[in-house]
Amino acid sequence: MSDLPKTNELLEKIDQAPPATGWMDTPTTIRKGMYCYASNPKSVEYLSLPNARQWNPLDDDWKLPENWKQIIHEGFKERLEKFRSFKVFMDICVRCGACADKCHFYIGTGDPKNMPVLRAELLRSVYRNDFTAAGKILGKIAGARPLTLDVLKEWWYYFFQCTECRRCSVFCPYGIDTAEITIMGRELLNLIGLNIDWIATPVANCYRTGNHLGIQPHAFKDMLDFFVDDIEDITGVRCEPTYNKKGADILFITPSGDVFADPGTYTCMGYMMLFHFLKEKYGLDVTWSTYASEGGNFGFFTSHETMKRLNSKMYAEAKRLGVKWILGGECGHMWRVINQYMNTMNGPADFLEAPVSPITGTVFENAKATKMVHISEFTADLIKHGKLDLDPSRNDHLRVTFHDSCNPARGMGMLEEPRYVIQNVCKNFYEMPANTIREQTFCCGSGAGLNAGEDMELRMCGGLPRANAVRYVHEQHGVNMLSCVCAIDRAVFPALMEYWVPEVDVTGVTELVANALNLPGQIERTTDLRGEDLPGLEEGDDVE
Amino acid sequence: MNSKYMFSLIAVIVLFLIAFIGAEVAGLKYVFGVIIPYAAIVIFIAGVAYRVLKWASSPVPFRIPSTCGQQKSLPWIKHAALDNPSSKTGVVARMFLEVFLFRSLFRNTKAKMNGGNRLSYSLELWLWLGALAFHYAFLVVLLRHVRFFTEPVPSAIQILAKLDGFLQIGLPGIMLSGFVLLAAVTYLFLRRVTNPQVKYVSLAADFFPLFLIFGIAFTGILMRYVTKIDVVGAKELTLGLVTLHPVVPEGVGGIFYVHLFFVSVLLAYFPFSKLMHLGGIFLSPTRNLPGNSRAVRHVNPWNYPVKVHTYDEYEEEFREKMIEAGLPVEKE
Repeated sequence: MSDLPKTNELLEKIDQAPPATGWMDTPTTIRKGMYCYASNPKSVEYLSLPNARQWNPLDDDWKLPENWKQIIHEGFKERLEKFRSFKVFMDICVRCGACADKCHFYIGTGDPKNMPVLRAELLRSVYRNDFTAAGKILGKIAGARPLTLDVLKEWWYYFFQCTECRRCSVFCPYGIDTAEITIMGRELLNLIGLNIDWIATPVANCYRTGNHLGIQPHAFKDMLDFFVDDIEDITGVRCEPTYNKKGADILFITPSGDVFADPGTYTCMGYMMLFHFLKEKYGLDVTWSTYASEGGNFGFFTSHETMKRLNSKMYAEAKRLGVKWILGGECGHMWRVINQYMNTMNGPADFLEAPVSPITGTVFENAKATKMVHISEFTADLIKHGKLDLDPSRNDHLRVTFHDSCNPARGMGMLEEPRYVIQNVCKNFYEMPANTIREQTFCCGSGAGLNAGEDMELRMCGGLPRANAVRYVHEQHGVNMLSCVCAIDRAVFPALMEYWVPEVDVTGVTELVANALNLPGQIERTTDLRGEDLPGLEEGDDVE
Repeated sequence: MNSKYMFSLIAVIVLFLIAFIGAEVAGLKYVFGVIIPYAAIVIFIAGVAYRVLKWASSPVPFRIPSTCGQQKSLPWIKHAALDNPSSKTGVVARMFLEVFLFRSLFRNTKAKMNGGNRLSYSLELWLWLGALAFHYAFLVVLLRHVRFFTEPVPSAIQILAKLDGFLQIGLPGIMLSGFVLLAAVTYLFLRRVTNPQVKYVSLAADFFPLFLIFGIAFTGILMRYVTKIDVVGAKELTLGLVTLHPVVPEGVGGIFYVHLFFVSVLLAYFPFSKLMHLGGIFLSPTRNLPGNSRAVRHVNPWNYPVKVHTYDEYEEEFREKMIEAGLPVEKE
């Protein structure tokens, strides 16, 4: 961390002028602060993934299998045959450059290989060499180059400098999605054991204990019980969460990051208070699982197969417990997985019912096949029907903006629900500029498994456009709270804000809901969920 | 000097010389007027079909549309039916906007750093406008050329030609589309060499079609307004081609054969190049699928079973700790 350049130094480093040498002739240097450590062999082994060994990206020798070129070539071919997206995206790019300055990593680093078009060309150049006639005959003039160790290292460096956020795909006239390119690139790298540890170890943990952090069942319960005490201190009400309960109405699954670290913990407390309220008022029976105690899925950042292996627990647990449907917490890539992959990979979920809110009677038609509803959809419906007892004044000390997380925005389209919820639980809400929100939202810069500590400089570069927009509303409207529906956001934004806009704090949407939610039998609440004193409630105008 | 566009420029100049010398000097008019155009058409049709079928032979295992607007969810929330369609009709509308109006390019912004620390984004529609002008001018030029392949000329084509020449300047009357095409190609070329990012990512394959199309438009304009070729002779040849009774009339100049050769090269080159974006856009899974994967199950034809960590295996490992913590277990 001490190596992290100061903000002005980092800004001065950004140079959008491309180098004098062509990109194929510009060697890639793996630079400290911009990459994540190599995967721990134990984690790779636990998942029976290939080529588990100790290795270091800075070493010349990456300890690759002897036939690594052949493995990559065959893996490439197999994926071209299995994924139309991959094949079409290898062929139809016209290099119009519309994507170039849409990438947060390019804006924040100026490194031309972070332009989405060039990130894809890193793969395309080898594709042309191996699979097209023009590339085979004309070589470099046709944009082709053979796969060498240097090319492979370049792949590794730049496919772990992409957060699969899809912002470029919104602007591409053919919908070329760099996320798909990066997903394929990482799959290929994983075939020869080239993962980063920040992904490999959470995946191994999740496989074994049910969550990324490796929290064992008894400890998971302990952690939530600790929140029960905290909630009681603040509200005087004791929640009684249930675990692994058969026959509950709903199974609730959320990222384990929120169980573990601030400020996600307050969002977790928010879920518990909401469920307690619904149980007391309407008899809704929600249960938590220790086996499926992870909403997130770092398998998604490894390969489709690994994603499927981890995701399988959600339906398996819902089936075992005999619940009616599944409710999902606030998380970004978790919802991309649920929305785009879960039912296709691990469905059909015939053992579940099409989700109906027993409280409002609303049928969640949009989730009738997957049978999984987002907490913001669920809460928005409750608020719309006046089923929550809310006192938004407990959020009066906050001036809130909302960050659309990449995956719910561009891999699902959930834009209005969280806004509706926020605007009903707090009075002071301000949008960031239009080109930085909704489908054009900027990534936190740390998604897709890049939220490690050793790549902090990369994260601060990638998060620059987001932080810049936050700073704008901070200066214009005095915004002091950045809300989001993503556990990775909650884990990474505190560091990003501290670096770029230190006056702004980070919250989940359900934390705001719980601050406003009146629990039956509560004492007078003098602090928010963070234990911070609430300014005089009746005055209400002391927010300036 | 940029070796990439020089390579392409030289290639097009060489093509010009081949056609001009071949038809004018060597007298290979039958080769350039009949054999090569026929071959080009066959390569074009077979090549495009091959490429599209090859793409289509790869399945779409997952439904992965880029959702560029609000999902269809609760009934009281306004759904972005065009940018995040939930039905086939919506997808057709989205694709229509994409294919005919370049919807995604219409979003284009330019990021700028102001004062060293403030980012701003402004709408930047020149590329959209240039691309639209290029494609539509090309389409009109193409349709106008139907008059060379039909007798009598369909009235729709005659009306189009009239509209295209509505300025009624000069003799023969100026057809706007040809000049717009030339101007748009020039813009796209200049953009490619002056925008540092686009220049940096450009390949020879990005310049070649620009030079070639410039050559086609330029020779076309030259024939119509400057050298005034024998139109009757030209039509005799083109009609002969479509009626499969090829003839090579006397008196049609070398520049015509250059034009025809350029078009033939473009057709033959098309299936093996980035120009296939014409077909690819229709097969792009981020645009041509509805965003309804939670409502309707998408089937992956190659979905296969994977090794999972079952609940039983999990409980086996943690049973004692679970019992101690009061968590329910399957086997006491």
